Amino acid sequence: MYAALWRVLPGPTWLKTVELVVLVGVVVAVLFTWVFPAIEPHLPGTDQTVG
Amino acid sequence: MTASTGTGPAGRRGVPAWAPVPAAAPSLRADRRRADHAVRAPRAARRPPSRGLDAVLRVVGVVGEVMITVGVVVLLFLAWQLWWTDVVADRAQAAIVSELQWQAPPDVAVPALQKHTDDPPAEPVPALGEVWATLYVPRFGDHYVRPVAEGVDKETILDKVGVGHYPQTSMPGQIGNFAVAGHRTTFGKPFTHIERLRKGDAVVLRTETTWYVYKVTEHLIVYPDQVGVLSPVPDEGTTVSPAPEDGAGGRYLTMTSCHPRYWALQRYVVHGELEYWAPVSSGVPAELDGVDVSQGKKGS
Repeated sequence: MYAALWRVLPGPTWLKTVELVVLVGVVVAVLFTWVFPAIEPHLPGTDQTVG
Repeated sequence: MTASTGTGPAGRRGVPAWAPVPAAAPSLRADRRRADHAVRAPRAARRPPSRGLDAVLRVVGVVGEVMITVGVVVLLFLAWQLWWTDVVADRAQAAIVSELQWQAPPDVAVPALQKHTDDPPAEPVPALGEVWATLYVPRFGDHYVRPVAEGVDKETILDKVGVGHYPQTSMPGQIGNFAVAGHRTTFGKPFTHIERLRKGDAVVLRTETTWYVYKVTEHLIVYPDQVGVLSPVPDEGTTVSPAPEDGAGGRYLTMTSCHPRYWALQRYVVHGELEYWAPVSSGVPAELDGVDVSQGKKGS
């Protein structure tokens, strides 16, 4: 799966590495900004209050 | 990651590496022999595997990669939850405090502080979500100050503002129990050091006009259903007891957070009693000596 991704990325190896780093950065940013805040309230064990 | 096709040592694009090599010119054969020693697997293993096995191996490879990806995402979630939410919330809560733009207390000698132990002036009843006080706990540090909002809903108050006031409990300084809640970890974790509070430690609430100085009396660990800790006279029952009929009872403080630290199985509860209240215009409580009370406001 990741080998296929590596082959699809255009350019020589150094450019592929840069593209991969950017892709990973974008995925992490999307996770941190939208995905994780959306799922966090639905996880158990995050209550702080009494009652 | 399998690469069973591609260019081999003799440039055979699109041909599996284990396919038998056809006879070729002497120079090519020499090249191939050199390359064989360097790259190729032993002769016995060059027999082509069945296509079925090849497909199964490829599926196993993908499943493995998916599982590793899921594992990495889980680790990323932990990093987000235990680090990033603090980064974001610390900044947001400091901004909320400085946006209050309350008048800084005058820099007068401590004895000038007008201490009172009777009923404080009535504070306006805050709306849910409204930030109406700031909390100072010298035991948590000289620069510790957190906004207090009305309500204890996790997503709107505790995650976004910091400390929440249980709306069904008293206003500060009144006869009864003034109770607040805060995160122990994540989202700025305002009560992360709640276990450091000792008997006699000061917990000071500031509204726009008034200081309320409480002193810690005890701490206990309860289960989330023991709402008796919120009673006008705190107890450890599972229902909120009514206020004493004769109007007796002290002016209590209650702080709740989760326990153990990373697991919300129980609640860490700290109780305190009001020592005195004082107008902000008369100075700064001695209990906050050395603590930054500017609330982000430069000058006065």
